[in-house]
Amino acid sequence: MSTTQTYMHVSQSSDSAPLLEVRDLKTHFETGRGRVKAVDGVSFSLNKGRTIGIVGESGSGKTVLSRSVMRMLPRHGVINDGQLIFDGQDISDYTDEQMRRIWGAQIGLVSQDPMTSLNPVVRIGRQITESVRLHLKIDKGQANEMAISILKSVAMPEPERRMRSYPHELSGGLRQRVTIAMALACGPKLIIADEPTTALDVTVQAQILDLLGSLQRERNMAMILITHDLGVVSDRCDEIAVMYAGKIVERAPTKYLFSNMKMRYTQALFESIPKLNAPSNVPLRAIEGRPPDLVNPPLGCSFAPRCAYADERCHTLEPPLMAAETPGHVFACWNPVGGMPPPPAHMVERLGVKPVREEKFFKS
Amino acid sequence: MSPEKILKVENLVVTFPAGAGKKVHAVSDVSFELAKGETLGLVGESGCGKSTTGRAIMQLIRPAQGSVNFEGSDLTRVKGKELRRIRQGMQIIFQDPISSLNPRRRLKDIIAEPLDIWSKLESEERYDRVREMCDQVGLDFESVKDRRPHEFSGGQCQRISIARALMLSPKLLICDEPVSALDVSVQAQILNLLRVLKSKYDLSMIFIAHDLAVVKNISTSVAVMYLGRICETADSDTFYTNPAHPYTKALLESVPEPDPSLIGSEGKMRLSGELPSVIDPPSGCKFRTRCPYSQDICAIQEPELVEISAGHKVACHFPISR
Amino acid sequence: MGRVIRFFAKLKSLKLGVGFWLSVAWVALIVLVAIFANLLPLPNPDSALEAPSNLGPSLHHLLGTDNIGRDELSRLIFGSRVSLVVGFGSILLGILLGGLTGILAGYYGKAVDFSLNSLAIIFLAFPQMILILALITFEGRSLLVITVAIGIVGSPLIFRVVRSATQSVASREYVAASKALGASTSRVLLKEIFPNVAMTLSAFVFIAVGVAILAEAGLSFLGLSVPPPTPTWGDMVNVASSELEQNSILWIWPSLALLFTVLSINVVADRLRMKFGIRESFL
Repeated sequence: MSTTQTYMHVSQSSDSAPLLEVRDLKTHFETGRGRVKAVDGVSFSLNKGRTIGIVGESGSGKTVLSRSVMRMLPRHGVINDGQLIFDGQDISDYTDEQMRRIWGAQIGLVSQDPMTSLNPVVRIGRQITESVRLHLKIDKGQANEMAISILKSVAMPEPERRMRSYPHELSGGLRQRVTIAMALACGPKLIIADEPTTALDVTVQAQILDLLGSLQRERNMAMILITHDLGVVSDRCDEIAVMYAGKIVERAPTKYLFSNMKMRYTQALFESIPKLNAPSNVPLRAIEGRPPDLVNPPLGCSFAPRCAYADERCHTLEPPLMAAETPGHVFACWNPVGGMPPPPAHMVERLGVKPVREEKFFKS
Repeated sequence: MSPEKILKVENLVVTFPAGAGKKVHAVSDVSFELAKGETLGLVGESGCGKSTTGRAIMQLIRPAQGSVNFEGSDLTRVKGKELRRIRQGMQIIFQDPISSLNPRRRLKDIIAEPLDIWSKLESEERYDRVREMCDQVGLDFESVKDRRPHEFSGGQCQRISIARALMLSPKLLICDEPVSALDVSVQAQILNLLRVLKSKYDLSMIFIAHDLAVVKNISTSVAVMYLGRICETADSDTFYTNPAHPYTKALLESVPEPDPSLIGSEGKMRLSGELPSVIDPPSGCKFRTRCPYSQDICAIQEPELVEISAGHKVACHFPISR
Repeated sequence: MGRVIRFFAKLKSLKLGVGFWLSVAWVALIVLVAIFANLLPLPNPDSALEAPSNLGPSLHHLLGTDNIGRDELSRLIFGSRVSLVVGFGSILLGILLGGLTGILAGYYGKAVDFSLNSLAIIFLAFPQMILILALITFEGRSLLVITVAIGIVGSPLIFRVVRSATQSVASREYVAASKALGASTSRVLLKEIFPNVAMTLSAFVFIAVGVAILAEAGLSFLGLSVPPPTPTWGDMVNVASSELEQNSILWIWPSLALLFTVLSINVVADRLRMKFGIRESFL
């Protein structure tokens, strides 16, 4: 409890403790080629009923981050470090046995491919009622009624009939509604949606995202929305964190991220999206090259090899997370869009950003 | 005045058996033309028949009716060796970058495949041609030539597919959702690459996709398909400024807008419900079950595809007008 | 030379485990002694009454002698020939019959598939023992007939495996791409389909060899395989089982030989599937 309290006066929102608090989280994998630093020192916090969007390319570590937060990682060859505080309890060292009470009941997961997260030979109804009965200890009849009402709330047409369907009898969009229903069934406080719409058509994508948003408001759930597409998160998140090579490189409230984009990678990611209001047949500003090898990340800023604005310093010194002019906004870039903001010392402290130590600047 | 047409598709019908002697019309009565150097964006939700149309043009699926006229010969009337010879002029790349490449073969052999099929080249010339094509699509030949598909990222696999398709110098390239499975950052690379190669190799393209923002970036004209039929087609400018079919409007409004300052306050048009099954399509207008403007006539009479302005055709009883 | 070293380095990097290498060693040993049995300093496996019957293990007869004084070790080694020839030979035949038809049925579908598949289903429903007995009755109990009989019985199973593997490969887009490039059907089958089906099949084949060896042993236990005096493992178990009172450990040797051989083949198959199964997921 003391850890939460010490955090409270650094935290931005003073009215309540954050629901989820991730501090300097590291997840490394030991592989034949060496140590893969998939998540390397990620910190963020999430309040009740709020949404944070985590954006990055494949290989940026965003999916590993979501698995780390759920503590659903393979047992072997994984090095875990950092602190995870969920709903006031430090779950960093929880065993699977202890986590089982949290999975499903407190944290729900909606994953990218509904076909693999649903059991193909079990009817929809039983897949939903099973976890409800396990966590809420209610009888079959009650569980069935509950499952039908949950299917209704995810706007499933003919929920009573769908209870008896198998996953393959449903379209991709309907299957994703079922996984959302399953994630919601026990009334979790946090939903982790890992690329929930990547496998779906745009029309269905819009429906599913709208649905997630309205359910979240109704039930006052917090949500981590993970995606590779900035367009998906822009009007559905309170805060956005951009990940690159296992680290958060920019984090800001959504309106500031778009109005005062600082990090060059965020900018490049934004510009590479084809937009409806852009003229047709003009080249897109693509990011050339590929994300770095996480076994041997480059010295300095990990985006520097692909960055048009990189200079000497970017290739040698890793930029720390620095505060931008806009409140609650941090970024890691030596040559940010619009120039470097003046560093207000009090702000650095208020945001909980560690001041950069002198010797770190002069590391060869 | 009208530019030379490279492809003319007329009344294309593709059916699949649906058991019990029934037939499903995956594509029904689709007609369009493609002028040289143009890119037609073929848009719709999964299951609307857009990919089937692409494959039927290639004769990978034989159409039940209609004609596919490519440079003066009707592909539906030829077969065997003759078909294979004519078809060299058109190529296709697919959505799934990994499934498009044989996992047991090495990059150099995958890209050389068309050469091995059609010409017996000296190993040196074969090698040079493959290396040159790798340069064109942005692959470093020397470092990747002996790798197998699973060692490449999705974007690289798609570059390999493009290289293989261009080996025979086709005139028409059908791209079946080539960027749908890729990250946005990689998607931009591939779209730019396709644009560059299109002008370099003087290609005409059919670009199949479900994302209208992607299609806008690369197409000169657009056709929207719904349940196996074309419901609206126009050149890009008209299409994006004056969409007339309610379905087109819904598609446009489903595209996520990345810049929050541009998101209007008014509610967006959202499609309710699911795409109806092609096995049992609705009567009359196929879109009426999800259409906010539908009226009695829509259930009775199927709207014809009619021209409402030059080159702009719509199949709707109550087209939206500005 | 460098090639050889690299090959072994790669094998090592696969981390197949001790069990795998022990299994490979056992199969290799059996194959080698079967091939070179004539060159080994062994007593004739068929010469009866050279030694007292039902001897226990001794220096002269490492595994002792059987009920009519034949050297058990020698019979075990010569007996491995039958097991291996029938095991591998029948499955090879099964692959030729079932594999070829399976690829054709899986690739062409429709009428070809319907007729071949119906045939396979009828074959599978037919009592297999009766089929084998009929063949033996009409054609005699030679090594060739036994091999062919088991091969024919196994082929519809291989047909089913190959057919479903082909169906899944044929729906891949690289097959469509190859067709679009103008590849002829035979080229598509040979270059795109066959290598990928072969991979799925290879794991199954080892298990099938094990099953075929056991099937032959079962037949010879019942006295339906290659006639005596040719030694077979199944027949040796049969002989030993009737001599339990005189020689209580004789049955152990052929049983262990069978157990280790089939187990080793299955371990090899399982490891290979695990290692290459990862790649298969990219198919």
